[in-house]
Amino acid sequence: MVEKKSTRAVGVGRVLIAVYGLLALSAAGRSVFQIATQFTEAPLAYSLSGLSALVYIVATIALIGKGTTWYRVAWGTISFELVGVVFVGLMTIVAPEIFVPRSGGPHTDSSTVWTYFGIGYGFVPLVLPILGMLWLVRTRPTTPPVERVADTPVERSTSQTTGDSADPEG
Amino acid sequence: MIEWFTLVQVIVAGIAAVICVVAGLSKRGPNDYTVGSIALIELLLVAQLVVSIVAQTVGNHSRGNIVEFYIYLVVALLLAPLAVVWALVDRSRWSNVVMGAGAFAVAVMTWRMYQIWTQQYF
Repeated sequence: MVEKKSTRAVGVGRVLIAVYGLLALSAAGRSVFQIATQFTEAPLAYSLSGLSALVYIVATIALIGKGTTWYRVAWGTISFELVGVVFVGLMTIVAPEIFVPRSGGPHTDSSTVWTYFGIGYGFVPLVLPILGMLWLVRTRPTTPPVERVADTPVERSTSQTTGDSADPEG
Repeated sequence: MIEWFTLVQVIVAGIAAVICVVAGLSKRGPNDYTVGSIALIELLLVAQLVVSIVAQTVGNHSRGNIVEFYIYLVVALLLAPLAVVWALVDRSRWSNVVMGAGAFAVAVMTWRMYQIWTQQYF
């Protein structure tokens, strides 16, 4: 069986990374604007929005990164987002006064990336973590590659006992 | 923003998204049509930038927050070239899907920009 390189950045994975990057960019831009200009109107919602943007950025990097650590980081960030979008989605329906302020100010659009399960983003924030998890399950890192024979101590001691012709002490 | 121009942008971006995704799913790599459609979107976005700046001077003001409007416009302007660079680096069919996603995002962003400009949120 051919040893696959432990990179998740090929094929469909690239699309996943691209869409995550897109979402991270959009969420970051929007939350920066909201925090900079209208933070007092909904501090909880916009703080969460900022946090979600950060997590999306880390998730994008983790999906690109190789190795087990990045794999775990990817799982952590994607799980956090799924919990986040479901929780905030439910809250905006059940208790809108906490997350969707009806301010009469100049900013009438106070929704964030997780409001109503990400409806403002075509539900991508809801579907993407699920797809991400499916992808992570498919690309679980393989066991570490078998050590090369020449590096194992057994081989070295064998060559010592038989006497290496190049050994000056032989 | 001008209503008919916005509509043209959204429709062009939507068609580009469909072309790119269909090309990608039928296992075709980036070609002149898919990359060209994204280039067209970028051209329209640059035109939109000019239109927005000129509009402000002739009395067509944004009812919504102009900073928010320009954030969307700048991000959209950056997205299209990024998508093309992606396609040039990765010549697989998935680049077409990526460009399609980018085109779709630009379509959505353009519509959001129009909502901000006319201050009509759904």
